[in-house]
Amino acid sequence: MSDAISQPDKPESLPETAEGSKDLFSKFDPLIKQREDLLGSGFEDPFGLVMERVLSPVTAICNGRETILLGTYNYMGMTFDPDVIASGQAALADFGSGTTGSRVLNGTYVGHKETEKALCEFYGMDHAMVFSTGYQANLGIISTIAGKGDYIVLDIDSHASIWDGCALGNAEVVPFKHNDLEAMEKRLRRIPEGAGKLVVLEGVYSMLGDIAPLKEMIAIAKKYDAMILVDEAHSMGFIGPNGRGVAEDQGVLDDVDFVIGTFSKSVGTVGGFCVSNHPKFEIMRLVCRPYVFTASLPPSVVATATTSIRKLMDAGDKREHLWANSKRLHKGLKDLGFTLGTEEPESAIIAVIMPDLERGAGMWEALLKEGLYVNLARPPATPAGMTLLRCSLCAEHSEEQVGQILTMFEAAGKKTGII
Amino acid sequence: MDREETKSRIDALIEPFNKKGVTVTEDTTFAGDLEWDSLTVMDFVAAIEDEFDIIITMNQQAEIENYGQLIDAVTKLRG
Ligand SMILES: Cc1ncc(COP(=O)(O)O)c(C=O)c1O
Repeated sequence: MSDAISQPDKPESLPETAEGSKDLFSKFDPLIKQREDLLGSGFEDPFGLVMERVLSPVTAICNGRETILLGTYNYMGMTFDPDVIASGQAALADFGSGTTGSRVLNGTYVGHKETEKALCEFYGMDHAMVFSTGYQANLGIISTIAGKGDYIVLDIDSHASIWDGCALGNAEVVPFKHNDLEAMEKRLRRIPEGAGKLVVLEGVYSMLGDIAPLKEMIAIAKKYDAMILVDEAHSMGFIGPNGRGVAEDQGVLDDVDFVIGTFSKSVGTVGGFCVSNHPKFEIMRLVCRPYVFTASLPPSVVATATTSIRKLMDAGDKREHLWANSKRLHKGLKDLGFTLGTEEPESAIIAVIMPDLERGAGMWEALLKEGLYVNLARPPATPAGMTLLRCSLCAEHSEEQVGQILTMFEAAGKKTGII
Repeated sequence: MDREETKSRIDALIEPFNKKGVTVTEDTTFAGDLEWDSLTVMDFVAAIEDEFDIIITMNQQAEIENYGQLIDAVTKLRG
């Protein structure tokens, strides 16, 4: 599931254009009204925040205030790493500002190859394919490998890019209840004999910050001869002995056929990828439309990605500090009396559950006034219609900042009557 | 498979999901008349799937708008 924009990850059909109306936008009227009502009640627009200056991976000037950033997914704080910046600057000067071409035409530079090589080494896999975003990686891989007559079995709380990959392709789509082994197995068991099967899972689910029981799920998928794709967008760099993600942490990475990832979180730039050991994987470059029919990433972006990925291979100290931050914030918020998305900290995302949208938006705004940015997630984008304040920690948050964050939560929580 | 028998089993299944106590006919729509959200739909679909040991894929669900269509689809899926 994603950051909540005002629509769910799982696509829902919009109402039809009102009868007799020629304005195709009339179908958005209810949403426009809901937004106006929320803003009319005096709230700052949660989706209209502008970062005027970015001071570091964890601080920025937002709406004129110096603000601690606690909702960026910049887990490893690589965005201002001096080596990362230097490699991007050199590539910008040497290779220009953009490739103006598809990966399969004039858009593969030496830099793209180097990023793919770094990914192969990072994951210990044979093949890596770099896409322009993680969204496109899911869109492309899922829609291409699961074709007509095949079945995709996926968690109901999957990210929008996974749902859209299903919608773009022609396979039969079968969702199951979040992280429910029995529901997953029942669906696999009922798929007609002989049909191709793809199971799509995520390592960390970004709404509540909970992880999937991949070991058990993958064992079930194997029992039914399904291929397995795991999206590790929110685990790269700090979960697992080598930072390869939840599948590595649970000792089952070898059983995963395709890992999807993004450069827009721990890696600290933009781009997406798929890594795999499938012997025929390279054919994807010719048949995967979201790879072929779009321009490749600019040289500076792939250069920063390569440097960042290589640095993440031995970022043990940063990893440890990130986990310490996550544990401290989780405990601190719990002690203050907030309700959290998970009993124990399972990732670098800590979701604070709000009693309702109204008070959640109030709390979000009070935090912003205190000088803290978190992610507001609201129905219908959230599981079970919850309103969440999602906090994502960074390895660059200092101990002192985590202390400040807790003080701000306490002040805002009391002001809005949530604690 | 017998449509009447399928219908009576689904009639029993829908009961706990029909929180508003709507009188359900073959023309009753799930989104419009019953006002179900996507979570309720998922749980109801799972209940039917378990009852008849079938899968109703999202692709098939997209074609089902009212109660009569659901009974038709399940009858057909039971073969
Ligand atoms: C689970 C998951 N997959 C994929 C993506 C897409 O990544 P990107 O930002 O590179 O498009 C995201 C990020 O929003 C995500 O949370």
